[in-house]
Amino acid sequence: MNLLVCISKTPETTAKISFTEGNSKFNQEGVQYIMNPYDEWYALVRAIELKEKHGGKVIAINVGPASNDIVIRKALAIGADEAVRVDAEADSSTFVAKQIATYAKDNAIDIVFCGKETIDYNGSEVAAITAEMMDLPFVSYASKMDFDGTVATIERDIEGGVEVVQLEKPFVLSAAKGLAEQRIPNMKGIMMAKRKPLNVIEAVAQESKAKIVSYSVPQGKQEVKMIDPENMDELVRLLHEEAKVI
Amino acid sequence: MSVLIFAEAKNGQYKKTAHEVVFYGAKLASSVGTEAIVFTIGDGANAADLGKFGASKIWFNDAEASTDSQVVSALISQAAAKAGASHVVLSYSALGKAVAGRIAVKMDASLVSGANSLPEDSKINKSVFSGKAIASFELSGDKHVISLMGNSIKPEETGASGIPEAIQLEVPASKIKVLETKTVDGEVPLPEAELVVSAGRGMKGPENWGIIEDLANVLGATTACSRPVADTGWRPHHEHVGQTGVAIRPNLYIAVGISGAIQHLAGVNSSKTIVVINKDPEAPFFKAADYGVLGDLFDVVPRLTEALTKFKA
Repeated sequence: MNLLVCISKTPETTAKISFTEGNSKFNQEGVQYIMNPYDEWYALVRAIELKEKHGGKVIAINVGPASNDIVIRKALAIGADEAVRVDAEADSSTFVAKQIATYAKDNAIDIVFCGKETIDYNGSEVAAITAEMMDLPFVSYASKMDFDGTVATIERDIEGGVEVVQLEKPFVLSAAKGLAEQRIPNMKGIMMAKRKPLNVIEAVAQESKAKIVSYSVPQGKQEVKMIDPENMDELVRLLHEEAKVI
Repeated sequence: MSVLIFAEAKNGQYKKTAHEVVFYGAKLASSVGTEAIVFTIGDGANAADLGKFGASKIWFNDAEASTDSQVVSALISQAAAKAGASHVVLSYSALGKAVAGRIAVKMDASLVSGANSLPEDSKINKSVFSGKAIASFELSGDKHVISLMGNSIKPEETGASGIPEAIQLEVPASKIKVLETKTVDGEVPLPEAELVVSAGRGMKGPENWGIIEDLANVLGATTACSRPVADTGWRPHHEHVGQTGVAIRPNLYIAVGISGAIQHLAGVNSSKTIVVINKDPEAPFFKAADYGVLGDLFDVVPRLTEALTKFKA
């Protein structure tokens, strides 16, 4: 069984967000990068667990430059068997999905795992586009998954609750909190990761029709207004008259 | 040409998010000089009122309600083709997120997910980096799929009810079987809520949640919680707001006994007004708040509930 896990590199959660070149480019200076948490904690770990139970292999795929290798090696250290890096700038979700779909079709992938979204662009786009390009069913926001080797029973988060669905492989899934427990790579894993294959392949062409041209920073909040804890009538008045939210 | 708007029905009803997409789609249609057509799946029984938000036509297809992205995207793109749509507008909801990308591929269209503004000169904005920045996307080509972030536009009734018309579409067979749906009835789901009361570890235990529920009841608010509270099982998982939980942008977010870790803020910092109630003056949440109350939540919350009850009466 071949399980493909899409991993993305994102700025660390507490990173300071700023822009350069006339607010058209993300300022990478001093920014720490991590593997997107939904990809690492949930998608990758659940794929590894399934491989441990049913056999087969876990392949991590990333689209990006050689500087992404550090994140890819981490995926190998956690337990992926091999990795692929598509050597190109990930300039849109459609472009990234095209690379994943092309690789998955050529390599008889049974399940494609993605995180529910990246914590930088928050689009939730790649998994759905990949599924469409592969003409496969797609289960989004999976928070629990049982799999018997052919049939998967999945709980997915929906507004105000969960939906339990069942389907047969092959399919595409996006992972939410709950799908697995985070695994910290151990020394053995880190040593082994250095010897695991990381294949670099060329990108296939794909036009991007929505491109970021500039960024702005939302207007800062005004200084917090402190209210006397004894005087909640004053807070109610401000919420009604000043903030106009009640 | 037209703008095709997908209005999602929940148990045959159209809620605020459906009104928002129709109103947004109608404004978009008038800005590009074309008509706004609403499309919905189901019997169309309650769809007539969607006309009030500016749609000139209301189409429905009597397929069974589905959450399968393959089925729903096939229906929407057929409707878009029938309408000769230049734009497809839908909600950035669980279903909207799962289908928007598929529709963009089928239509060979540009895609912007979670937009919070109308396109201007082929540019459209959305919030990125968990609310810490706004990105402006430039759209190329002649077809566009836009999903709209909830609570980013205030729907207004500008027109009259329409008459829903049935349209014939080919319904593909689903490869996904729904075994069960477990949702909380009667409560406004968090992503749609305008008023949210949220509580954290400062509550000390699940048995103390009565004061939070009282406050939420008098406001008509939806309750939420921080990650540690959901992780320890004090409150159900679907109430967890923050980076790994649900991201929300209500008009009013009241945070009770939540310190305001950056991961929590990432899920709530787009709220229009934030009130923080905490006894720790060093709680980082005060920096992100509009109004702060420094005090013991077990005194402050009942006092606020009382003040609101007086205000409502």
